[in-house]
Amino acid sequence: MANWTWFHRLGSPKWFYEKSGRWLRWLVPLTVLVLITGLVWGLAIAPPDAKQGHSVRIFYIHVPSAMLSLAAFYLMASAGAVGLIWRMKLAFVAMKCSAPIGAALTALALITGSIWGKPTWGTYWEWDAKLTSMLILFFLYLGVMALQEAYSDKQAGAKASAVLALVGTVNIPIIYKAADWWNTLHQPATFKFTEESSIDPSLAWPFWIMIVGFYGFFAVVLFLRMRNEILYSERRTQWVRALVKGE
Amino acid sequence: MSGGFTTILRRDLLLAMRRRGELANPLVFFLIVLTLVPLAVSPSPEQLAKIAPGIIWIMALLATLLSIDGLFQSDYRDGSLEQMIISPQPLWLIVLAKVLAHWLVTGLPLTLLSPLLGIMLSLPEAGYWPMVISLLVGTAALSLIGAIGAALTVALRRGGLLLSLVVTPLYMPVLVFGAGSVQRAVDGFSPDGPLLVVGALMALSLLLAPFACSGALKISMHG
Repeated sequence: MANWTWFHRLGSPKWFYEKSGRWLRWLVPLTVLVLITGLVWGLAIAPPDAKQGHSVRIFYIHVPSAMLSLAAFYLMASAGAVGLIWRMKLAFVAMKCSAPIGAALTALALITGSIWGKPTWGTYWEWDAKLTSMLILFFLYLGVMALQEAYSDKQAGAKASAVLALVGTVNIPIIYKAADWWNTLHQPATFKFTEESSIDPSLAWPFWIMIVGFYGFFAVVLFLRMRNEILYSERRTQWVRALVKGE
Repeated sequence: MSGGFTTILRRDLLLAMRRRGELANPLVFFLIVLTLVPLAVSPSPEQLAKIAPGIIWIMALLATLLSIDGLFQSDYRDGSLEQMIISPQPLWLIVLAKVLAHWLVTGLPLTLLSPLLGIMLSLPEAGYWPMVISLLVGTAALSLIGAIGAALTVALRRGGLLLSLVVTPLYMPVLVFGAGSVQRAVDGFSPDGPLLVVGALMALSLLLAPFACSGALKISMHG
């Protein structure tokens, strides 16, 4: 038999609260540093694009937030699955807290995408395959959050939205493929963005830094939200009372 | 095992037959909303023909969505859902029987009605067969996916609107390929590819939805 105590300790809210406090002490400055480096490099130092000029710089916000919004959905669904299978309280907390962050990042990707669309396509909104599937991802997030809110029994709400998140996970790749196919049916692509591989290294470096920064940002906000949620749901326990009085 | 399946199927069909008025509601909705389209857009046949494939598919989707709300509702209220969960029959099989019954009383009649609506919206001739086939297979997928939403929201007091919020994004691929197959046929191409994808989506939801549904029902009942 393998030693599973670490796994069960992971499920204890008190343990997580103490550990995450220590993690945040170095994670916050590190994330701020990486984000500032990436932003200054991407927005000020990197050369403008030959075709799109300075408008290409929004790429450094748009693409990382789009990537993260998708990753956050998978993280949310995996946390939900862990919660359903091992009945781990902390996993449901992680799922509940990552939903609004993911939704906000999806909204950010949509907004920056449409701002970027104005100089490149000439309109704020184009029914492009990627924008459309992002929009549907946003609706999926809204569904998960709304279902969670609708239950008066918080535990049942968490379980129900975990099932929905898992169903959504099966659907996301299909939605992306469907949007792609639908796009070619109605409007053959006349303009294609540069592929990742053809990006000049001078543009690619700040991009990778921004992705790392966004992951860091996601982790920081997720931990902060989870800590809040834990304090609230455990507010009647001894250790939270001691914490509130002691500090 | 198959005994439970046929019993539930027969029971649900019998219940549906005893409520004929309710049975016709999705079909009447389908027809009424379709009448609104020429009134809102334009009665010109050329314009209607252009939007007919999409409009008919959206209407079928909405009619399924509205009717799926009641799938577990009455069983939940009178306690028979509880009995189904604790019965020795596997819950996914019971769910499958209920979804099949739902499809037989909504999806199938919608499909049979659709050529009439095609005529009313002056759908070009090439679109009829793909429309019937895609609706026949596609509404089954819609019923299966919708059942997950119905199972998740059955215990909530005002689940109806939430159900549509939860399920509509999941319907998107079926709609794209279903309406797309009709559009392709109208444009003079072969509709086989998207039709096969609709079939694949139906097979996938047939495989996964009953399990997701039975899990969701247990959560709805016991938390």
